[in-house]
Amino acid sequence: MTHNLTLTAPPTAPHTLAANSISRIMLTVAATLAPATLYGFWLYGWPSIFLWVITVLAALFGEALCIKLAGRSVVSALSDGSALLTGWLLAISLPPWAPWWIGVLGGLFATILAKQVFGGLGFNLFNPAMVGRVFLLISFPVQMTVWVAPLPITAASAPGFHDGLLIAAHGIPSMDAVSSATLLGFAKTELSRGIDLLHSLAGTNAPGIVLSGARSGSMGETASLLILAGGMVLIFLRIISWHIPAALLAGLALPAAIAHGIDPTRYLDASSHLFSGGAMLGAFFIATDYVTSPNSRIGQLVFGAGCGFLTFVIRTWGGYPEGMAFAVLLMNAMTPVIDRYIRPRILGRDWRGAPLDPATQKGKS
Amino acid sequence: MSIDTRRIIKDGLWGNNIVFSQMLGMCPAMAVTTSGTNGLGMGLATTAVLVCANVIISSLRDFVSPQVRIPVFIVLIATLVTLVDMSLNAWMHDLYRVLGLFIALIVVNCAVLGRAESFASRNGVITSAIDGVGMGLGFTLALTAIGLIRELIGAGTLFSQASLLLGPKFAFLETTVVPDYGGVLMMILPPAGFLVLGLLLAAKQACERRAKEPSAPRAEAAIGCH
Repeated sequence: MTHNLTLTAPPTAPHTLAANSISRIMLTVAATLAPATLYGFWLYGWPSIFLWVITVLAALFGEALCIKLAGRSVVSALSDGSALLTGWLLAISLPPWAPWWIGVLGGLFATILAKQVFGGLGFNLFNPAMVGRVFLLISFPVQMTVWVAPLPITAASAPGFHDGLLIAAHGIPSMDAVSSATLLGFAKTELSRGIDLLHSLAGTNAPGIVLSGARSGSMGETASLLILAGGMVLIFLRIISWHIPAALLAGLALPAAIAHGIDPTRYLDASSHLFSGGAMLGAFFIATDYVTSPNSRIGQLVFGAGCGFLTFVIRTWGGYPEGMAFAVLLMNAMTPVIDRYIRPRILGRDWRGAPLDPATQKGKS
Repeated sequence: MSIDTRRIIKDGLWGNNIVFSQMLGMCPAMAVTTSGTNGLGMGLATTAVLVCANVIISSLRDFVSPQVRIPVFIVLIATLVTLVDMSLNAWMHDLYRVLGLFIALIVVNCAVLGRAESFASRNGVITSAIDGVGMGLGFTLALTAIGLIRELIGAGTLFSQASLLLGPKFAFLETTVVPDYGGVLMMILPPAGFLVLGLLLAAKQACERRAKEPSAPRAEAAIGCH
């Protein structure tokens, strides 16, 4: 009964107890997201804080509603933290000054239709936060592509608490005053106008701006260094393995570097790809979702590389400037296929599953 | 006879509904239902084909040998669909411009062939005609319901352009529920067809389960009585 037993006898397979639980993992992930989120709050001010709160509350409400309809315990289902994390990830992938109903609809869609309809935690085929984001992007293209230039909360012209509430309620009052394009969006529109990247990006892509994240975008994409640091902590704590993030970033950076080497006027360089848009957030926090990614290590490498490469393809030749959400959803759909064809070798058997004969093995070696 | 008629109609409208129970005719149910009017028009066109096909096939059922029945059914249905297609093109040209592509596809709507095979080739002419009406109206109901939900959420209107389909007298059907509505683009796009159909299927299941529940104790009471 007591764990003192482990002092005398080494724990063996069916009797070990891990300290990990769903809620502990979810809360650790949330904690590693917190620095980037707080930095985003500081950059984009009160409207972004309200949007974050509303989105998380909507996700929790959607989850609670379904759990109640299913006749299960609402408190224990919500305390696993997965709905909180879904809402959180969705919130920091939205334009920070989006109106309140964007957050409400996205949060409800993510937890009800992308997660609970499939059977809840562990049964969803697609990443709920990304389904919510893609739903919003397809349904409300105008609201989802209005980005504001960062206006630190301490700045004099930043909206205060009360103005922030008004922005969250009614949207941005005079859009032209504050709106600006993200790096990827700007590059795409300028290219379509026939202005090559060397001219359009002169001055806007200085390394200092990239590193500090003080540019327009969602909360989770501008502070890419903080997201990267949070992801490193997750790998260090063994919450996630390095396979998916590394393969994803490589799958994005390698084609980008090759294309940029061939024609720098048409293709963005690899570091712009890595440090803008949802690359970091997607690599460490979204593609690594346990439920919707493959189980084997090799499968995870394939999955990550696919996400990265599809992101590059969508960003470069697609209709949308950013493709991380679409790429992750497409690869989520591929996950069962990957798991079907790439399986780990069973101990004592060869790759095809035939038992190894100990005698012949010994003879060979 | 009247009890039988009522059962056939009820079967078509609810119990054995083409879309919600048989899950047939999914192509028009997804593709055309971007608005209530489109759903209604497609449903009525399919109903016309269904009734005519059922009547003709039922009256020919003793002359068609089983070995060649499927080709014969297909030729008959294709002829009827072509007639509907040309009539719509002649008299409701504006609606035809919206639905035109899908009218021709009624030929491959499995529901029509399914009723020919499973009902009309085994039953009398009048019964088959009633079955065609019931099934067709059930299909129309389903398509109109999906279309109305998608139109309401997607564009904030109900039965827009209904006067194109039913004539200017029915212009009163066209309502704008939410003025100055921004629209939810996805509801007009294909994914929402699957989404709304799935939710309606779930609602029908829940409805039928709820209807079944109170009958269980009654059956027990009846057994206790005897």
